[in-house]
Amino acid sequence: MKIIRILSTLDRRIIFLLVGLGILIPLLKPLGIPENITPPVRDVYQFIDTLPPGSAILLSVDYDASVLPEVHPMFLSILRHAMLRKVKVIGIALNPAGVGLGVQAFDRISKEFGKKYGEDYVYLGFKPNMAATMLGLGEEIHKVFPTDYYGIPLDSLPMMKEIHSYRDIALVISFSGANIPALWVSYAYSRYGQKVAAGVTAVMAADYYPFLQTGQFIGMLGGMKGAAEYEDLVNRLLQKKGYRKPMPFAIKGMDSITVVHLLIILFIILGNLGYFLQKKEVK
Amino acid sequence: MHLAADPWVWVAAILTLFIFTFLYKDNPLYKFAEHLLVGVSAGYYLAIYWHNGVKPNIIDHLGQGQLIYLIPLILGLMFFTIFIPKTSYMIRWPIAFLLGAGSGLSIPATFQANIAEQIKGTMLQPLSFYYSNAALINAIILFVGVLTVLTYFFFSKEHKGALYTTARIGIIFLMIGFGASFGYTVMARVSLLIGRLQFLLGNWLGIIPSW
Repeated sequence: MKIIRILSTLDRRIIFLLVGLGILIPLLKPLGIPENITPPVRDVYQFIDTLPPGSAILLSVDYDASVLPEVHPMFLSILRHAMLRKVKVIGIALNPAGVGLGVQAFDRISKEFGKKYGEDYVYLGFKPNMAATMLGLGEEIHKVFPTDYYGIPLDSLPMMKEIHSYRDIALVISFSGANIPALWVSYAYSRYGQKVAAGVTAVMAADYYPFLQTGQFIGMLGGMKGAAEYEDLVNRLLQKKGYRKPMPFAIKGMDSITVVHLLIILFIILGNLGYFLQKKEVK
Repeated sequence: MHLAADPWVWVAAILTLFIFTFLYKDNPLYKFAEHLLVGVSAGYYLAIYWHNGVKPNIIDHLGQGQLIYLIPLILGLMFFTIFIPKTSYMIRWPIAFLLGAGSGLSIPATFQANIAEQIKGTMLQPLSFYYSNAALINAIILFVGVLTVLTYFFFSKEHKGALYTTARIGIIFLMIGFGASFGYTVMARVSLLIGRLQFLLGNWLGIIPSW
């Protein structure tokens, strides 16, 4: 009883240390816990996987470095998948602090697959006023973004000659740690019938399940778990096609999350036990 | 183990460690990193909004002699009238414009996406019975959950009898919802720490493969 009471009143810094170790040890010695693919992630994967080569998707970098460990692996995996399937990719950024992350991801993944800028992918960069941008993309992309991120006129990019609005885009995927995917639903799905999917942080995932249930999202990747599932699916595909598997950051991160979740469950049980014991003693 | 040669990786790693010192207690190193972030962010946002918003949408058009763009420029400048007490009332005009345009844009879209579609999704439809038993059970749970939670927030009548029981069931649904959100929040916060440790161990120290 005494030990439970001591554990339930532990200094928070000891808890921080234990959580730190719970993350550190699996990173150094991965546990290799297999991924169970959930339907929302599989739906996004299958949608992209069954697109005819030459179709276009729009990836919106609506996140910044503060949620990078959760959302960036999703972005990289989906970009890899699209490029592997010869799907054309348009990148935009609605979060000003995410512009550089988009550039970095496109540079890295296009090199892996030898893709050409302007023919296989384009990056249009940041545009202020999300609602106006989303609505404008439904009318004429070339008007909203007369030039791309690098200042090249859109009309001069071969890939963009046939892409003018949502009618020419099979899917929009919004990667975000905020409410931007809901705006895509409001302005792109509701107004233009554009198919939308989301890659969101775990904090936001619970808020977005209602959009999945109604079919307003065709699928969703939630938190590092969603990123790890997609990473697993893409890595399997890469292996099948004879490519070298990239480093599975989200999959490795899930080992640490599993250990830390077990620790936190233990802390919650101990904290509650201590609470009830103290209550009993007072009586 | 091979340490990073890129000086910017070192800057990022040292600033990360400065921020982590807050776990022990508040200190000048943490404060320095925090203030640096605020300053750099302000400068970055100013530059990016100038180059992506003000310059292409106002300055370039005015440079081409399109004087109609003076209207948004003047409306925008009116925001700064707040700093002069005599003219501060003028800030109401651009705010009124923003509120009017913003409401006009968002009300129909939000109603469609967040109310009409959600009500449709909550209804028990023949399709709910068609797919599978699991889909049917999900649809029923959703239906009961929405009704009981709405009952909990119905304050026009005292919660007694059947209303009390329904509201209590609503609380259970709410608690399960909060629990799920809390679980996801824990995962999110831990993920952020994992990201930083992957950066420190990988990109900086080279102990594990880099990010």
